[in-house]
Order: sequence, then structure tokens, then C-alpha cells
Amino acid sequence: MTEAPVLVHAQPTAAAIRPLLKVEKLSVEFGPKASPIRVVNGVSFEVDAGGSVGIVGESGSGKSITSLAVMGLIPSPPGRIVEGRVEFEGTNLLELQKSRLPDIRGRDIAMIFQEPMSSLNPVMTIGDQIGEAIKLHEKMSREQRRERIVELLKLVGIPNPEGRLGAYPHQFSGGMRQRVMIAMAVACNPKLLIADEPTTALDVTIQAQVLELMHKVRRTLNTSILLISHDLGVIADVCERVVVMYAGRVVEEADVKSIFRTPSHPYTRGLLQSIPRLNDERTRLYQIPGSVPLAGTVKKGCPFVARCPDRIGRCAEEMPPMFAVSKSQRAACWVTAGAAAAASLGINEGATA
Amino acid sequence: MTRYMLLRLADAIPTIWLVLTLVFIAMRILPGDPAIAALGDAALPEQLADFRAKMGLDVPLWQQYFNFLYGTLSLDFGKSYMNGTPVLSLIARNLPYTIELTIAAMIIGVVVGIPLGVMAAVNRDKLPDTGVRIFSLVGYAIPDFYLGALFLIVFALNLGWFPINGAGDGFLDRVHHIILPAVTLALVKAAFIGRLTRTSLLEVLGRDYIRTARAKGAREPRVIYRHGLRNALLPLTTGLGLSLLATLSGSVAIELVFNRPGIGRMLIQSMTERDYGVIQGGVVVLALLVVLINLLMDLVYIVVDPRIRVK
Repeated sequence: MTEAPVLVHAQPTAAAIRPLLKVEKLSVEFGPKASPIRVVNGVSFEVDAGGSVGIVGESGSGKSITSLAVMGLIPSPPGRIVEGRVEFEGTNLLELQKSRLPDIRGRDIAMIFQEPMSSLNPVMTIGDQIGEAIKLHEKMSREQRRERIVELLKLVGIPNPEGRLGAYPHQFSGGMRQRVMIAMAVACNPKLLIADEPTTALDVTIQAQVLELMHKVRRTLNTSILLISHDLGVIADVCERVVVMYAGRVVEEADVKSIFRTPSHPYTRGLLQSIPRLNDERTRLYQIPGSVPLAGTVKKGCPFVARCPDRIGRCAEEMPPMFAVSKSQRAACWVTAGAAAAASLGINEGATA
Repeated sequence: MTRYMLLRLADAIPTIWLVLTLVFIAMRILPGDPAIAALGDAALPEQLADFRAKMGLDVPLWQQYFNFLYGTLSLDFGKSYMNGTPVLSLIARNLPYTIELTIAAMIIGVVVGIPLGVMAAVNRDKLPDTGVRIFSLVGYAIPDFYLGALFLIVFALNLGWFPINGAGDGFLDRVHHIILPAVTLALVKAAFIGRLTRTSLLEVLGRDYIRTARAKGAREPRVIYRHGLRNALLPLTTGLGLSLLATLSGSVAIELVFNRPGIGRMLIQSMTERDYGVIQGGVVVLALLVVLINLLMDLVYIVVDPRIRVK
């Protein structure tokens, strides 16, 4: 990528405290090495200790792969991390010996998945499955473990926890299974909880309950959260910061308020316009024209250029780097960068780009 | 649960009846006269008639058929035409050898096949996988009686490591006798079980709960055995059941090759002698075993898959 010739260079948003998780220029490729398909391209973001960050994007934007890469769970082959750093408490997980990763998974970083129906082992009781998460990382007696499991099931709101230890996943509803997944994930008080579309497979009322549960987990256990979702509403509910991904790249990053009030990337604006509103008079919901380019097909320029209402000549030629729009907001867009530059120079907004 | 089992058993009754009828008809259609087979070409007509009367062969066919069905119900298959031994005691004498061989072959097949399958699945498309694939292909392709003869020539005749025939007396001697025939049968089984394990395990290892297990911090051996293989057992159970049935029928040829006593050899011998009672009794026992194995598989399913248990 060529150096941006203009403006303020992207400044990391980290405060004085070192971030808990720092992902830097992460790139993931799939397929044969001779003709790889890059599904995650130079993604960077941070999660502060105790903070909550959401990654939003359409299907195929690379958000799930990014989260799996943090866990070191990219299926390989066919996938591989080709560059970047995933720093957790200062340690680059990508350089860590493979045999040491299991010690971190589940204990320091835990993950819950989109499909609560299929993410639990059908032939193990839920008591055993939660117990396994504890047993793998903590030494305690059988009785202590049992108590801890019951406590966890209580925390996630499973009624009659003692009586359900011996139950199998198929005896639970989808929402209850997701609660079990959460209980399993927080079993060892992880510092970071990655939730990959935790509510997507659930119906709306259950969604709200699970989101409330995530709040509760955060409050009671002080767990940092990295939430992956295609739903900005869900992200707004749980997260303080938002990373917007498009076609494997981060296109905007900001605090939740700024994203909703002053979205700086045309894609983010499109996403916000596509949210149905009750008091809206329009009969047809806005939709971004076109569709997400297939992974790996964008060779140069901004991946959003074909669907962008604001595109200028440069967009098709050169991928814009992340420009700082404000202290807590950055976007990868030439047009926004131009406008911001103009504003900072006192020129009329929108004159040139 | 008990009701379910009883229903399953009741289901088997028509099957067994069909087998009985087919065997009865087949034996009567085959050329050859049991009386001549038993008494020899030189027997006098009176002797033959006397023999037929004694064995119940002088009544019309339909009556013989009903006598046979009735006898089966009361577990009385009559006596051997050749030496007058009750068929039931002949079966009792031979059955343990067949069961012993089947179980030994099955154990070796599972103990060799499942690890091979796991190794192949974990090293998918790498050298071990290719090795297992070749082994399976060879195992599928070689008929077991041929492999048995080969083993017999190499390990028993030329090297002298194993006895050439019989089943042996006393535990150690019996083990010594059973090794070659059991290994012969087992190699073919192992090829099949290995393939099956590889396929089911690969399928399971792609499931979401395997990812969950890794996300929990489980290490690979635990992921593969505790979560993977445990779930792969579900489809594997069907295959193992079929394999057990195939081993049972395969033991017929193997008993012949290794000249071992057993139901298989008993059946073949009695066929050449037109010893109707022994054939019918032997087939009934085999049919019962098949039904029992199927029932056993159903029980194993219930143990292996909690989702069936509750329903």
C-alpha cells in the first residue's frame, strides 16, 4: 500500500493503558498458496481491558475469520495467517508455540459461536461440557467443580441448575443452549470474551435476553468483550467502540456514538440507512446497491468503490489508508479524508476531494 | 424399553420363518437322496425305506414342512442322518468355536481398524492417510479364504509358527490355534472399519462442537478422542454391526480353509451329505444370531446416542 500523501496519519486510539488485545495488520488467506484468496486484509483494532468492541459487517466481510484468527482457530489447511500481529497482554499469539495456545484458549480468551444448536457436543451432558472447560484450566475437587458449574448455570439464568447438570444439549432450546455456551465460555473468568454472532440464530425476545446476559457477564466478571455481528443494533447495545469491516478490510472505526451520529465512511452510512425505523415515512427500506465483492477479487483501489455513491477517480486506483476524522474516529475513505482536510484547512467543505 | 425390545424380537419372527421356509425348499429342490447319502449306494431298498421312515422322510412334503416348523418351535431339529447325534448337541458342540472366532476377529479388527482410521483422518491426504487407503484397498480386494490359504502356507507350513488345523485344547493352545484364522478374518474387517472410521471422523471433525472444544482449550488428542471419536461412534456402530454379521458369515469359509470345527464347517459338511436336519438347525441358529446381533446394535445405539435414549 502506498503511503498516504495527505493529512494526519492514523493515530492509534489506545490510551495510556496498554490494550488487552491488539490486532495489527492481520491478513488471512485461504486456498492454494499459488493463487491465494485474501479474506482478511491488514485488519487492525484494539480492545482495552474492560472495554467492549464490536465488529460489524456483511456476510463475507471477514469478521468471523478475524475473530477465529485471534483464537488461533482458523482451519488450516485451507486457511493461514500470512501477516500481522495478535497481541494479547503484550504477547504476540501468532508467534506463540502452538502447544501453548490451548492454555490461553478458554482461560484468558473464550469464545461463543453463532450456532448454539450445533456448537455443543450432542453426546456429552452440559454439566460435563462446562466441567471440562474448568477442568482444562483449573485444579479443583469434583465437588468444588460441581458447585462452580451450578453457580455458572445460575449466573446465565438456567432454571433449576442442579437438576439440569445431567441433561443433554438436545433437551434445551436454542436460547438456553446459548446460555450454556456463555456459561462454558466464562467458566474460567476469561479476560476477553469473543462472541461471534451470538444472537443471530435466536429469535428476537431471546436475542434481547442473551444481550442482557452479556451485559451481566461484563458487569459481574469484568470481562472485555469482542462482539461480532452484522447487526448494528446489537453492537450498539453491547459495545463502546465499533469496527466496520468491508470485504476483508476495516473501513471505519469509532466509538458507538460517532458511528451513529457522524458516520464517516459511505459504507457505514449505507449500513445505518438500511436499518428499519418505526417513524420512517419511506415505504421502501434503503439498500446499498450491488453486493459485496467476492473475497480476493478486489485487486486495487477501495473495495467499496463499485457500490459507493460518493466515489471519486482516486477510489478505483488506490486503497485509502485509515484517516483520523476526529480524536476517536477513523475512516478509510478518500472523500472523507478530503473533506476533513478541507475542513481543517478552513476551505469550504465538499469543494474538492 | 423392554416393550421396545420385545417388539423388535417380534419383528424378527417373520424373517426367521422366511429363512426356515427357504432352507426347507432349497434342500428339497437340490438333487440327491439323504437316505442314499447316509447308507451308501449299496443299500437295499428295504434299508432305505426303513431309514426314511425312521427319519420322517416318508411322509408328504407339506407334512415334513410342518413337522420341521413344529420341531423348530420346540428347539428339536431331529437327529443327524449320518450318525444319529441330536442336531442340537451338534450345534452346541460347534457353535462356541464359531463365536470364539468371530469375536476374536472382531476384536482384532476394531483394535487395528479404529486407530488406523483415526490416523488417516488426522493426517488427511498425507502419507499415513495414503498408507491406510492402500491397506484398505488391498483388504477389500483380497478374498479372505485366499488370504487364509496364503497365511496357512507361509506361517503354518513354511515357518511352522502356527498349527495347521483344528481348534486346540486348553486356553493357550486354543489361542495359538485361533490366531491365524482370526487375523485372516480381521485384516479384511480392519480395512473396512479403518475406512469407515476415517470417513465418520472427518465428518465429525468439521462440526461446530469440535471448534467449541478447541476454543475451550482442549488439546488435540482430547479433541479427537473425547469429542471427535465419541461422536463418530454413532455412524460407526452401524458399520460395526454389519461388519460383525459379515465376520460371522466369513467364518464359514475360514473354518473350511483352516479345518477348524464350527457351525460353518458343520453346515458345509452336512450339505454334501444331504443331512437335512443339521442344515436346517444350523441355518436357524445363524438366523437367530443375526437377529440377536441386530438387536444388540439397537441397544448399543441407545448407549452411544443420548438423543435416542430419551425418546
